[in-house]
Amino acid sequence: MIWLYLYQADWRALRGALVGCLALMKRKDVAGVVTDIDAQAMAKSMIQNVQVQALAPHDRKLCFELLECLLQHYSEAMKTLGNLLVYATCEAIDGEKDPQCLIVAFHLIELLAQLFPSPSGPLASEASDLFEVFGCYFPLHFTHAKDDEANIRREDLSRGLMLAISSTPLFEPYAIPLLLEKLSSSLPIAKVDSLKCLKDCTMKYGVDRMKKHYEGLWSALKDTFYSSTGAHLSFALESITTPGFEMNEIHSEAASLLQRLVKQDISFLGLVVDDIRINTVFDTISRYPQYKEMPDITKQEVLVISQILSVSAKASVQSCNIIFQSFFFRLMNTLGIVEKTSNGDIVQNGNSTVSTRLYHGGLHLCIELLAASKDLILDFEKCSPTPECAQESWCSTVKSFSVPLIQVFASAVYSSGDDSVADVYFGVKGLLTMGMFWGGSSPVSRSEFEKILMTLTSIITSKSGKPMVWELALKALVCIGSFIDRYHETDKAICYMSIVVNNLVSLACSSQCGLPYPMILEATSEVCSTGPKYVEKMVLGLEEAFCSSLSDFYVNGNFKSIDNCSQLLRCLTNKLLPRVAEIDGLEKFLVHFAISMWNQFESCGVFSCDFNGREFVEAAMTTMGQIVGIALVDSQNSIIQKAYSVVTSSTLAAMESIPLTFSALEGLQRDLSTRDELMLSLYASVIIAASPAAYIPDAKSLIRLCLVSLYKGYIPAAQALGSIVNKLGRGTGGTSITSDCSLEEACDIIFHAEFASGKMVSSNGSGKTTCGSEATLSKICLGFCGSLELQTHAITGLAWIGKGLLMRGDKRVNEIALVLVECLKSTNSSGHALHPSAMKHAADAFSILMSDSEVCLNRKFHAVIRPLYKQRFFSIIIPILESLIMNSQTPLSRKMLHVALAHVISNVPVTVILDNTKKLQPMILEGLSVLSVDSVEKETLFSLLLVLSGTLTDTKGQQSAEDNAHIIIECLVKLTSYPHLLVVRETAIQCLATLLELPHRRIYPFRRQVLKAIAKSLDDPKRRVREEAIRCKQAWASITSTSNPF
Amino acid sequence: MVSGLINENPIIYPKKERRLRSDSSNTDEFTPEPIDQLEIFDHIRDIKDPEHPNSLEDLRVVTEDSVEVDDENSYVRVTFTPTVEHCSMATIIGLCVRVKLLRSLPARYKIDIRVAPGSHATEDAVNKQLNDKERVAAALENPNLVEMVDECLLPSDE
Repeated sequence: MIWLYLYQADWRALRGALVGCLALMKRKDVAGVVTDIDAQAMAKSMIQNVQVQALAPHDRKLCFELLECLLQHYSEAMKTLGNLLVYATCEAIDGEKDPQCLIVAFHLIELLAQLFPSPSGPLASEASDLFEVFGCYFPLHFTHAKDDEANIRREDLSRGLMLAISSTPLFEPYAIPLLLEKLSSSLPIAKVDSLKCLKDCTMKYGVDRMKKHYEGLWSALKDTFYSSTGAHLSFALESITTPGFEMNEIHSEAASLLQRLVKQDISFLGLVVDDIRINTVFDTISRYPQYKEMPDITKQEVLVISQILSVSAKASVQSCNIIFQSFFFRLMNTLGIVEKTSNGDIVQNGNSTVSTRLYHGGLHLCIELLAASKDLILDFEKCSPTPECAQESWCSTVKSFSVPLIQVFASAVYSSGDDSVADVYFGVKGLLTMGMFWGGSSPVSRSEFEKILMTLTSIITSKSGKPMVWELALKALVCIGSFIDRYHETDKAICYMSIVVNNLVSLACSSQCGLPYPMILEATSEVCSTGPKYVEKMVLGLEEAFCSSLSDFYVNGNFKSIDNCSQLLRCLTNKLLPRVAEIDGLEKFLVHFAISMWNQFESCGVFSCDFNGREFVEAAMTTMGQIVGIALVDSQNSIIQKAYSVVTSSTLAAMESIPLTFSALEGLQRDLSTRDELMLSLYASVIIAASPAAYIPDAKSLIRLCLVSLYKGYIPAAQALGSIVNKLGRGTGGTSITSDCSLEEACDIIFHAEFASGKMVSSNGSGKTTCGSEATLSKICLGFCGSLELQTHAITGLAWIGKGLLMRGDKRVNEIALVLVECLKSTNSSGHALHPSAMKHAADAFSILMSDSEVCLNRKFHAVIRPLYKQRFFSIIIPILESLIMNSQTPLSRKMLHVALAHVISNVPVTVILDNTKKLQPMILEGLSVLSVDSVEKETLFSLLLVLSGTLTDTKGQQSAEDNAHIIIECLVKLTSYPHLLVVRETAIQCLATLLELPHRRIYPFRRQVLKAIAKSLDDPKRRVREEAIRCKQAWASITSTSNPF
Repeated sequence: MVSGLINENPIIYPKKERRLRSDSSNTDEFTPEPIDQLEIFDHIRDIKDPEHPNSLEDLRVVTEDSVEVDDENSYVRVTFTPTVEHCSMATIIGLCVRVKLLRSLPARYKIDIRVAPGSHATEDAVNKQLNDKERVAAALENPNLVEMVDECLLPSDE
């Protein structure tokens, strides 16, 4: 087993020997392990016989791995080798350049350092040589490409090197000077690496060894801070919770090194505190009251010092104490909060004479210090559960100054000087910082906290709020609110609730203040969304506000109130509803809100005047639908019940009993009041959003009602019908407990409800005389009877109903599709063509059928969706449309058939298209050329073009594109000058460029034609098209001969 | 070819921030966007210098202000400044700019390319050469020159 190592003397067998040894070393216990003595012998043989640096990279790597293995598993045996081993390692690594070997080599050094930790051991004597060998790699410069073999990254190598450097304190005399020197270089990467490495070393080497380098470290650190900090302080909204200036990697590494040093040894702080440069800054800041007046150098100093002090203060409680002792009084002095008396005592100014001197530099320093101490408490709390910081001296210092400080900040907020932006910014930031001290031990007392909140709230509610102040204050309040919520501060939450939330919510209710209503709503919703309790409060408040506004409208005819109502509903929909999953119990309040909406409408009787309430109705519908959509089934039932009772008590109920005669319908056109319309729309939105399991009372009359409204052109009613047929009978377990009406019955009502055309026909079942057995809805669609308006309404309605059936996979959709197709024929069964407008509606009906809708029949509204329903419909309808297109005689019918086809094709998943490219591509192309005649169908044209471009980029599509190349190019060339839509031109040009992927022989003949068309596009009125054209032209030009360089 | 570089150590200026168009296309489908200074400059800013890997923009051979354009009268004039006075590459740079604009602009444009006054030793000769149709066409018959121009016009990796 062990003879392998002997071979190491022979270079030809070396690789085999190395691999063998490595395998032996790594054997598991069960197979018998190499003994210590053998391992030692092998190491010796290796040291004596192998010249590592003379080998090839892979062999070198094996050598290093073998050594690594020896050190890891046979450390006791290796120990006895002592100096020899260290020396051999030195020699082996010296001059190594291969990254893969280096990574192992760095680890070797780390292992060696672990093996010989004693200061008198073999490593100690060789430390200088060893460090010389690998220290020269620092800072690591590595430029290999990313896809290098074995994927060695710069970060890994540099991490390995750092671990090696910091592996043992014995390297300290050599490492620290080197690192400090590299820190002063101008290369950013060197700086970052040095800082990182110094941090590691500080931890590993220990205080005693580091102490002698403190002077050098401090001055190097200070320089780094100065060189990595700019002079720009941001007063933007976002920076209110950050230091407010840009920090790069160097800066943050420097900060973390400083923090580490201070944390480890408090005596380092002495250097900081005594630093002359820091101390002079405190004298200079009082020279410049305004930040913008300072010269850049002073600005920079202030930022650097604030950063240094806050980082050191954050390091530990002790350091925080020292920093506050040495600097806070001076700051207070600068700000005029304390004054030095003649005999040198420091006394606090009386509250009456709070100075109005607002030195921005001082304010900034002060805020940063406070923020640091605030963060310190938070860090501290995480480690120990018992807050003891109240006894700390810094805390009492802050406590003694908190009252005047808050006053200073508040006065800054209200300042109206020429540089008020900065004043206000500092003021708000200061208040925010004071408001975020954690826990009961906070230096800010409850009354002071209340004062902070009151100041901020009063800014929001004051009438003359400047936008900047307003936004800052709002942001600060939101920060405080979410802080309270995150750290579960019950005491403060009560204050927050009573001062901020209550105030704002009551403001939203009164609506009689100077602020614009949207601003109030924004403030309220932002603030309230910080905690679940506030949200509840807000929903209740909004409910009240809604009721009072609405009654104000119908009693006094105040149009402003109805506007407020719409805004309120929109705010509710956009801000609160998306958060319903996060906040427990919100659903209950929202359902309550919905029911009280219905109550309001019930009691409001007849609107006193006709109003332009489209906006309001839409807002109400969206809100109602969304609430029902998220509510549980039980809550849905209660809302539906409520809605039903309101609707039946209104005049709407009479509608269903209206005999379905044309004259009666026409008479209805004018009769429906605004209120009834509102009721109907809202009821429809409830039905649309209800889940299949919800119970719909009296579904038959509801269907009749919807049907009548559908004929009158109410789209929501049609959508509600679609929802009903989609969900009916699909409740829990597929049983039809949800309704007193089955799907069969529903369809029967919808399709067989009969009109009396002219003469009265009884609808009691026995006297079906006029219409026979055929569906009447489809007859109206086909224009057998009734006006054109009625016909178009019926077609659109039919589409929605069809969509509902289609999505649940019901067979009846085929009949509907056939009716729609019949509408598109040039000569249908009745022998005459339809009116163009009716045809257009029928073509667009396919878009309704196939596309996903935002307002109904989607997942949010619990639609029953059968998988692959689009594909199914696609495969049924395409052959029909195809054959009709072939046989159609009139151009109009042909065009409409193409529109319908385009709707179907562009809404089906792209994979389906790709499977049928061969068949579809000619049709798509024909469609494109038919549709591009005028601007009416530009959107449809564009979506169809997108489908084509999809097929061109796919390999399957390219095969059939090869066959159709001449038609495709002709079609695309025509589209490059389509004047009505710029995206069409752009996409057409892109498609032309894609065509270049086809075989050269196929496209070469078209180059002149294409280049000529593109040359025209170079002069397109739109820039995007021109840019695309240049690219495409270049691509096409490159396949032509070189004789024409243009 | 001259041995060694003509300007061995050119000054490289920081790139100007790409100005984004704020009023871009989404305003209106039918408002025309005429070809303007910035658009022409966008065409030529990334042309590579024949002897350095830097773009003409980096070396300030062309700037946005050096482009004059009159869309109505289909006229554009580019004035470029060679990095050194005796630069023999001036004609190549001019040729590159011309070819690039020929490829990118509609045919109705008349393109005028000039060396900035006082920036080149043989200013008149270069101007004449660059704006002589025959000579430009002749130059582009030369496969070596075309190859060189194409190299300069290759899109940069950025």
